[in-house]
Amino acid sequence: MSAPGAEFGLKGVVRELLTYKSGIVGLAILGFLVALSLYAVIAIPYGEAIRLWRGQEAMWIDNPRTAAPEWVEIFVGKKLPRTIRLDSRVPGAGVSKAEIPLPGMNMKNIIIEFRFRFDYDELPSEMNLFYFANYSGVPPYIKLVWKKPSGAEFELIRYSLQAPDDRLYVSISDAVLSAALSYYTEKYPVNVSDRVTVLKLLFGRVTPKALESGDFEVEKGEYVLRVEATVFDRKDDLNAKLVVYGTVYGIAGTDHLRRPLEIPLLWGAPIALSFGLTASLITTFLQMMIAVMSGWYGGWVDSLIQRVTELYMIIPFLPFLIMVSVFYKIDIWILLLVVIALSVFGGGIKGTRALVMQLKESPYIEAARAYGASDFRIIFLYIIPKILPPVVPGLIGAVPGYVFLEAGLAFLGLGDPFLPTWGKVINEAYTNGALYRGLYYWVLEPAAMLMLTAFAFAFLGFALDKIVNPRLREL
Amino acid sequence: MVKGFVKYVVRRTLVLYLTVLLSIYVTILVANMGGKVDEIIIGDIRLRIWDQVNRNPVYRSLSGAEREKIVNQMVENEIKRLGLDKPFIIRSFVYLKDAATLNLGRALFMNSDSGSRLVVNIILERLPATMMLFTTAMLINFFLHLFLGLHLSRRYGSFLDRLVVTLAPTSVLPGWFYGIILITIFYTWLHLLPPGGIVDVPPPKDPLLYSLSVLKHMILPLMSWIISGFFLGVYGNRTFFLIFSTEDYVEAARAKGLPPRLIEWRYILRPTLPPIVTGFALGLIGSWSGAIITETVFSWPGLGSVVNTAIQSMDTPVILGFTVIYAYLLMITVLVLDVVYGLIDPRIRVQFR
Repeated sequence: MSAPGAEFGLKGVVRELLTYKSGIVGLAILGFLVALSLYAVIAIPYGEAIRLWRGQEAMWIDNPRTAAPEWVEIFVGKKLPRTIRLDSRVPGAGVSKAEIPLPGMNMKNIIIEFRFRFDYDELPSEMNLFYFANYSGVPPYIKLVWKKPSGAEFELIRYSLQAPDDRLYVSISDAVLSAALSYYTEKYPVNVSDRVTVLKLLFGRVTPKALESGDFEVEKGEYVLRVEATVFDRKDDLNAKLVVYGTVYGIAGTDHLRRPLEIPLLWGAPIALSFGLTASLITTFLQMMIAVMSGWYGGWVDSLIQRVTELYMIIPFLPFLIMVSVFYKIDIWILLLVVIALSVFGGGIKGTRALVMQLKESPYIEAARAYGASDFRIIFLYIIPKILPPVVPGLIGAVPGYVFLEAGLAFLGLGDPFLPTWGKVINEAYTNGALYRGLYYWVLEPAAMLMLTAFAFAFLGFALDKIVNPRLREL
Repeated sequence: MVKGFVKYVVRRTLVLYLTVLLSIYVTILVANMGGKVDEIIIGDIRLRIWDQVNRNPVYRSLSGAEREKIVNQMVENEIKRLGLDKPFIIRSFVYLKDAATLNLGRALFMNSDSGSRLVVNIILERLPATMMLFTTAMLINFFLHLFLGLHLSRRYGSFLDRLVVTLAPTSVLPGWFYGIILITIFYTWLHLLPPGGIVDVPPPKDPLLYSLSVLKHMILPLMSWIISGFFLGVYGNRTFFLIFSTEDYVEAARAKGLPPRLIEWRYILRPTLPPIVTGFALGLIGSWSGAIITETVFSWPGLGSVVNTAIQSMDTPVILGFTVIYAYLLMITVLVLDVVYGLIDPRIRVQFR
C-alpha cells in the first residue's frame, strides 16, 4: 500500500490498483474483454455481424441445430459427432462422381459416392441430402443406396427429383424409414419398438434386441452413400451434397436457427462495454454537474433541482423504460439516451450536493472568491477536482447495473432489433425451452460473459473505492 | 413551535402532492405517446368492427355503402364510449383529474383473472402474489443484512468478515439473473424444484397441500433475491455500523464498561435508526410494485407481469393506474417519514423555532 497522499494521476491510480488482488483481477478481465471486443469489431464488422445474425436459413443450413460446443466432450467423456459435409462439386477425399452414358440413348447414369468414417460414440442429429440438378426436360430419377461398415447394404429410396434444388431430409423421411425397416425385419422378424428412427437404423448396430427395445449402439467404421441417378439428356447434370449433422459445433455451439453462437458472444462484448461505460460515464458526469449547481448556487436553483429529484423518485424507472422501448421500437443507442435521461436525476445527487455545500464554506474557496475568481473557475478548477475521487469508484461500480439493464430488457424481448447481444441469446434460449431441454450451454455461455463483465467492473470499483476512501481501507 | 411544525408539514404535503401530480401527468403523456396511442387504438377498433360486421349474417344482405355507414356509426360510438373524441390535451387533463381522485376506470383490453375490466381489480388481484414473494424477500433481506452487519461490525477482520468483504461484488448480479442460474441448477440439472409458476398444475384441492405447493414454487425466486442482495447488503450494513461504532461516545461507553449488547442497542443502533427506518419503509413500498424481469423469469403472476402485459398491449389505463397507486403510496410513505423525523430529530426540529 502506498503512502498517504499518493497522487491521483492515472499512473498512480493504476499502480495502486495493482496492489489490490481484486484490482488485478478486475483489470485482467477488463483487458480480456477489451481485446475480445476489438477482435469482434475487426474480424466481424458491424454490418457483417447483423447480416450473419439475421441471415436466412440458407446461410447456416450446413450447421447442426442446437448443437453444444465441442469442448463439452471433456465433461461427457464421449467422442461426440462432428458435422460431416461431402459435396460432389468439391472434389476431395470421400467424394467420387462418375458418368456412364447409356449406349444408343440420349441418357446417362450419374453415380455419386460419398464415403466417410463415423467413429463417434453418439448418433448424428440429422442427415440431409441437397441436390443441385441441371436439367431441361424430364427430371433425374434417383436411387439411394446405403452401405454400413458391417457390410449390410440396402436401398433407401427411389424417386424423381421435384425441383433442381430438391433436398431429401433423410432423417425424417418416412420412405427411408420404411425401406430400412423392411430390410431389417426381413432379417429379424421381431416386434419393432416405435422408438426406432431412421438415424438409429442407418448408424446403429442393428440386432433383434435393439429393434425390440429401440436402444442402439453406434456402429463405427466406414459408411457409403451411393446416389445412382439417371438423367434423360446427355447435357443434364446432377450434383449432391451430403450433410451428416453432428451434435457438437465449434467453440460455442449453435442455436435453434443453426446460427453459431460465437457471433453474439463475441459481439455482445463491445455492445455491453460501450453501453455500460457510456451510460455510466454520462450519467455520473451529468449527476455531478447537477449536484454541483445545486450545492453551489443554492436558492431557487437548488430547490428546483431537489423537486425534480423527488419527481424522478416517484416515476417508476423500469416500467417507464419498457414503455418507451415498446411504444417507440427503439434501437440500442436510442435506448442508451433514454436510460441516461431517466437516471440523470437519480440517487447520486444528494451525496455530492452535501459535499459541495461543505466545500463551499472551506477557506480555500473563500480565498478564491476574495480574489475575484469567477463561478466557472471555482467550479471547474477548485470544486470538481476535489469531488472527483469519490465519484469515480461509483462510476465504475455502476457499469454492471447498466449492462444488466440492457440484458434484462433484451430478456423481455425489447432489445435492439438487429444486433446480437448476450441478453438476446438468453431470451432466445429461454423462449425455445433451452432449460427444459437441458441445453445448458445456450444459457450458460452468455450468462458467463455477463458475469465476467459485471465482476470485472465490480472488482475494479471496490478496489478504487478503497484507494480513494482511505477510511474504508482501515475498516 | 407547534405553528412552525404545522407549517412545515403543510408545505411538505403540498410540495409532495404537486410532485405526484406532475409525475402522473408525465406518465399520461408518455403512456399515450402524446396521443399517438389513440390513433393505434382507433385503427384497432375500426378493424375489429369491420370484422364483426362482415361476419354477422344479419348485415350480409346490405350493400357495401350501407355496411360502411353502419361500421362508421359503430366506430364513432365506440370512440365516444372510450372518450377518444376530444383533443388529447383536454383529455390528458381529464385523465389527470380521474387519476388524482383515484378514479382509475376500465382497462382497454385487459381482464382481471376473475373477468373484471376495472383497473383497480386488475391491480388488486395481483398484489397478493407480488407481496407474498417480494415483501417476504425484502423482509428477510432487511433483517438478515441488519443483524449480520451488526454482528460483523463487532468482529471485523475475522475470517467471516473478510469473506463477506471479498464476496461483496457478487451482488452486482441482479436477482433475475441468479434466478436463471438457480433454475438451471435446481430444475434442469437436479430436477428438484419447479422452474416457475405459483402452484402445481392442476392445483391441489387440499388447502394444506396447496400452500405447500405454493411454498415449493416460492423457494427459487426467494433464494435468487436473497443471494443477490446478501453480501453487499451485509457489507454495507457492517461498514455503516463500523463507522458509527468508532464514534467517541461509543468509545466512552465502552470505557465505562457497559455490556456490549447494551452498547450495540443504545449507542450504535439507536442513532443509526433514521436511515435504517427510511430504507425499510422505501424498500417495503418498492417491494409492492413487483419486479418485472424476475416475474417474467419465474412466470410469477404478480403485479410486475401485469404491468409488462399492459405495456405490451398498450393498455394505457392499467399502466396509469399502476403508476398512480405507486406514486400515492410513495408520497404517503415519504410524508410520514418526514413528519416522524420532524418530530424526533433535533437537527430538523431546530428549524421550527
